[in-house]
Amino acid sequence: MRLDDRPQRILLPVNVGFMALSFVLALLFNLLPWRNIAGVPDLAALVLTFWCVHQPRRIGVGAAWVLGLAMDAGNGALLGQHAFAYSILAFAALGLHRRILWFSPWQQAAHVLPLLLACQVLALGVRMIAGGAFPGYAYFAGSFVAAALWPAATFVLLLPQRRPESVDENRPI
Amino acid sequence: MDYQPPPFFSRGPAPLIRLAFFVLLAFLLMVLDARFRYAESIRQGAALLAYPLQWIALAPVELISSSSDFFTTQVALKRENDALKSKQLQAANGLLMVEALRAENAQLRRLLEARERLARRSTLAEILYTGRDPFSRKIIVDKGSQQGIEEGQPVIDDIGVVGQVTRVYPMLAEVTLITDKEQRVPVEVVRNGLRAIVYGGGAAGTLDLSYMAANADVQADDLLVTSGIDGTYPAGLPVAKVSRIERDAAYAFAKITCIPTSGVEQNRQVLVLSRGALLPPPPAEAESIAGKAAKQKRPRKRE
Repeated sequence: MRLDDRPQRILLPVNVGFMALSFVLALLFNLLPWRNIAGVPDLAALVLTFWCVHQPRRIGVGAAWVLGLAMDAGNGALLGQHAFAYSILAFAALGLHRRILWFSPWQQAAHVLPLLLACQVLALGVRMIAGGAFPGYAYFAGSFVAAALWPAATFVLLLPQRRPESVDENRPI
Repeated sequence: MDYQPPPFFSRGPAPLIRLAFFVLLAFLLMVLDARFRYAESIRQGAALLAYPLQWIALAPVELISSSSDFFTTQVALKRENDALKSKQLQAANGLLMVEALRAENAQLRRLLEARERLARRSTLAEILYTGRDPFSRKIIVDKGSQQGIEEGQPVIDDIGVVGQVTRVYPMLAEVTLITDKEQRVPVEVVRNGLRAIVYGGGAAGTLDLSYMAANADVQADDLLVTSGIDGTYPAGLPVAKVSRIERDAAYAFAKITCIPTSGVEQNRQVLVLSRGALLPPPPAEAESIAGKAAKQKRPRKRE
C-alpha cells in the first residue's frame, strides 16, 4: 500500500471526558430493554475496541474489565462473564493497534469482526460451562452488525479530534 | 501528557501479565457467583451504580408505551369493554359456585382436621424488561425489597405459574422464568395425581418432564399443576400442558415435552405471592442416610 494514496489527518489530542461519555452512552444503549431482537450490536464492545485501537496508552485491560463488570451487573448475567470477554477483547485490540490503522475503515472493520466474534464465543463458552442454554446462531449476528458499524463509529468518535478545515493564512501547517 | 516524552521506564506491568491478572479475577468472580453466591454484595454495589443508567434507558420505552396507550382508539376500547363485560358475566356464574364450593371445602377440611391452606398475600408487579443475557430466561419487575419482595417467592399470572424471584434489588426484582434451564417446578398430573418435576427447556420456551419411566402414565394434553410439596409454590396452580411424548425402548426414561400454560413470554403484569409457611426441616437421620452420593445428583432447586 502506498502511503500517499490516502491523506492522513493530523488529529487533536483526545478529550478523556469524551471517551468516558462514549462509554457511558454505549453502556446505556446496551442496557436498553431488547432481548428478543437478534442482531443487536454490542456497542460497548465496539467502543472499547475503538479506543483500544486509537488510544492504547489511555485505555487497557483494566478499564475493559470494569466496563464488563458494569455490563454483567446491569443485565443480570453471570458476574465476570463480560469482564472476562472484554479483557481478552481489549488485549487483542491492543495487540492489533499498530497494524489496523494503516487500512481503510472497511478493511479495519474486517479486522474487528473476528475480535468481536471471538469475544462472543468466549462469553458463550463460559456460559455453557456454567450451565446456560444455547441461544441459537442468531446470537452471533450482533457481531456482524457491530463490525458494519465500525466506519460510522470511526467517523463519530473521531469528530472532536478533527482539526477545523479552515486554513489559517498566518499559520500554515 | 501528550506534549511530554513518553515515560519509557514506567509502563507498569506487561500487557500479558495484566491480562492474566484480570482474567483470573474474572474467573474468581464467576466461580463465586455461580457456585457460592458470595458475590451478591459486589453485584448489589455494581447494580446500584448501573441503576440510574437502567432508569434512563427505560424512560423512552415507557414514553412509547404510555403514548401508545393514549392513542388507543375508542373503538378498540369499546370492543375490549364489551368482551370484558361478557367475560365477567360468564365468570360470575362460576364465582358463585366457587364460593359455595370453597365453603363446603373448608368445612370438609375442618372435618378431616386437615390444615387449611394459607391464603397468601400477593403483590402486583409490572414487567419492566427482559434481561439482555441470552443464556438465561429472566425478567425484571418493578417491585423490590422496598415493597416486601423476598428471594424465593413464586410469581404467577392469571393462568398459571410464571417463575420465581431469584434476586432482589431495592427497587427491582429479578424473576427466573420456569422455562429457564436452571429452574425446576414440582408438579403433579391432574388426571392421576402422578408426581414429577418439570425442568426448564432453555431457549425453546418449553419445559421437559424428565426422569419419568418409559411406561409412566402420562398422555398428551395432560395438565400439570404444582404439587405444593416443596413449600414454595402453592398447590394446584397450572404449570404446563404435555405436548409431545417420545417413548424409546432404548432409553429408560420417556422424553416428555410440555408447553407452559401461563403467558410466560407475553404478559405485562404478574402477581408475586408471599411465601407460605415454611416446612419443618427434614429429619437429620433421613438426611444423613440419603447421603452424599445422592447429593451430587439431586437437581439443584432454587429456594
